[in-house]
Amino acid sequence: MLNYVKLVLLGLIFLFAALAANWGRDIAYQVHAILIMAVSAGLFFWVLRNTDEPVRPVDTSGYLDGVVRAGVIATGFWGCIGFLVGVVIAFQLAFPALNFDWAQPFANFGRLRPLHTSAVIFAFGGNALIMSSFYIVQRTCGARLWGGNLAWFVFWGYQLFIVLAATGYLLGATQSKEYAEPEWYVDIWLTIVWVSFLAVYLGTIFIRRERHIYVANWFLLSFIVTVAMLHIVNNISIPVSIWGSKSVQLFSGVQDAMTQWWYGHNAVGFFLTSGFLGMMYYFVPKQAGRPVYSYKLSIIHFWALTFLYIWAGPHHLHYTALPDWASTLGMVFSIILWMPSWGGMINGLMTLQGAWDKLRTDPIIRMMVVSLAFYGMSTFEGPMMSIRAVNSLSHYTDWTIGHVHSGALGWNGMITFSALYFLTPKLWGRAQMYSMSAINWHFWLATIGIILYAASMWVTGIMEGLMWREVDAQGFLVNSFADTVSAKFPMYVVRGLGGVLYLAGGLIMAWNMWMTIRGGNKVTVPVNPIATPAE
Amino acid sequence: MSKTETDEATGVDTTGHEWDGIKELNNPLPRWWLWCFYLTIIWGIGYTIAFPAWPMLSSATQGVLGYSTRAEVAAEIDRFEQQNASLKSALAQSDLTQLAANPDLQRFAVANGAAVFRTNCSQCHGSGAAGAKGYPNLLDDDWLWGGSIDEIAYTVTHGIRNDVDSDAHWSQMPAFGDILEEGQIGEVVHHVLALSGQEHDSGLAEAGAVVFEENCASCHGEAGLGDREQGAPNLTDAIWLYGGDAQALTDTVTYSRFGVMPPWGGRLGKADVNAVSAYVHGLGGGE
Repeated sequence: MLNYVKLVLLGLIFLFAALAANWGRDIAYQVHAILIMAVSAGLFFWVLRNTDEPVRPVDTSGYLDGVVRAGVIATGFWGCIGFLVGVVIAFQLAFPALNFDWAQPFANFGRLRPLHTSAVIFAFGGNALIMSSFYIVQRTCGARLWGGNLAWFVFWGYQLFIVLAATGYLLGATQSKEYAEPEWYVDIWLTIVWVSFLAVYLGTIFIRRERHIYVANWFLLSFIVTVAMLHIVNNISIPVSIWGSKSVQLFSGVQDAMTQWWYGHNAVGFFLTSGFLGMMYYFVPKQAGRPVYSYKLSIIHFWALTFLYIWAGPHHLHYTALPDWASTLGMVFSIILWMPSWGGMINGLMTLQGAWDKLRTDPIIRMMVVSLAFYGMSTFEGPMMSIRAVNSLSHYTDWTIGHVHSGALGWNGMITFSALYFLTPKLWGRAQMYSMSAINWHFWLATIGIILYAASMWVTGIMEGLMWREVDAQGFLVNSFADTVSAKFPMYVVRGLGGVLYLAGGLIMAWNMWMTIRGGNKVTVPVNPIATPAE
Repeated sequence: MSKTETDEATGVDTTGHEWDGIKELNNPLPRWWLWCFYLTIIWGIGYTIAFPAWPMLSSATQGVLGYSTRAEVAAEIDRFEQQNASLKSALAQSDLTQLAANPDLQRFAVANGAAVFRTNCSQCHGSGAAGAKGYPNLLDDDWLWGGSIDEIAYTVTHGIRNDVDSDAHWSQMPAFGDILEEGQIGEVVHHVLALSGQEHDSGLAEAGAVVFEENCASCHGEAGLGDREQGAPNLTDAIWLYGGDAQALTDTVTYSRFGVMPPWGGRLGKADVNAVSAYVHGLGGGE
């Protein structure tokens, strides 16, 4: 019976998408409508073939790991895509001729840049968070994922969101809000997917068999809830037409800017910090085989981080139309946030107490340590850059780009790589990764790549900040903008090379994962019985 | 149920919880961490008392230091304006042709003009003033509308072919694609190639001389030396605004060109116009 409802719904969606493709006012909308037609048609036939067939029983006695396996592959795949686009746009900045005439307007820097940021943050990072939260919540709750195939809907729905967002950027659909570029219908779809994600996650916590909720789950839950709130508020907009992608923001002027950076900063805070701390709190103690350093520290730094982060957004708008009082508060909360951020680094690094010798032998632990080191560095750099006087130099310069990348490549990238190296053998029933020396190669390529990236951006950022503000004794500007651009050229090449190294590491990882999954050495059977609570 | 145990490696008790094999040590908060946290909070309270911070019903606390970002910038600008006030007013009133007689004012004008140029002119003319296709090079002695300092100041003030300033320089070359036959355009292009000493077909050029005489000479002069009254370029030198090869010349003759420069008088004010004129005049080609 349910299948018939599904068929009717899919048929209606197909019909609506066909109308939309016909009446669509811009190419992005039309292409998306055709994409949705194809997806709904495919699903229609798939449901039709399974209708009135005997239902195959699903074994629900173990963990639901298929969706985690799919997430592991998606994370590796989108990661390589995101790094590749990053390398392309890095070289476009160094050599503008790479904005090829024949590829206009689709492959110019302006359209590829959001493709890169969204691919690494939301496609690579988002898949890493979704798959590892599905893995972690089952293990630490001693329960199978709640909601049956809803987890699969979250996975595939999220991939559809990624494809809609990415193709939209290339075809020119954007609401021009950094990290929130997708247009209204893509936002609505993401909301549906995200609320389903929250339902699966909360449902699993409700049916848990462990009495206490593990710290990783606090962080992951705060990530899911806050991102839902941020996404909805920052994307309140009115479509110009139901048959077009363009929409108008509800807020305007400085209110819109403040909402955007409240969103933007907390995307960093709750997506890239809280969410990844949740991963860290599971994978670091598991890989090190050591207890978490301090339960007390995890409580205090969790609540302090969660309370303080949400206020820090105004530091993105120093010296703008934003009133001074809001800018002061943003800066003060950012600086008070320094120690709560470091709490996660301390708890992670000190968990290795008694296992430091593994640094010599285990490249995965080494990645985790470097990841935590970059986390500590960028959560110190961030509060420092939020200080008004520092920001007057750093704002709008490449220093900001370097800061973001030491966090994203160092912290988010490295902890995700180590999680993938932890999960891949476990999920496919292998003793370890296909090649341990390839992990070593990946570690060194990525680390050197990040150092080249961050160092070159510090140099250009501080240099251009100083050049922009340089005045002579009579108060006259010394440099034109173009002078600063040409002065940055050598460092732009270095940055591109850093990106190439990082991408090479990512490709080695993808190959290593492929070989592990395909490889014949099945040493353990992938049984996944639900663990009995230990308490 | 939960039972605490002592961790062998560190000698610290666990909390007794366990999830998927993960236990937690019962370490206290690191003291240095806690004190740094307290310090940042105390600093934060102090900072919000000193600076504008807390929103109230209709405004926000202003802070005991009376600081504002706008006032900070205004004070800095003010400081330089006061320092430069006398030179600036002298510059606004000065006769530009006599500027060279006053070395102090001349130095000030060139420094000021360089900054004005970097901010407002370099986007088109290049930060080194060497120009680009369609935007004249200001380093050479080839001037479309005149290269004396007063003529430069006039061009800066009123601009070229804009709809904003009725005193802007104005002239318009016709698109000869509508007037001449294709063959004639080819001929006149070869004549111009000949005028500028480039490789050309002498037969075509000879025929082109007639076309030139009838259609072009009224502005560019019979010898092709141009006319600054009309902004008509000299065609006998190697300096080209839109390119001097056969293809570029054919495009120019067929479709014409219409380079626009905005008027800067209203935006910059007299002193800055004089300053940037002195700067451009001093770049090498000034007359």
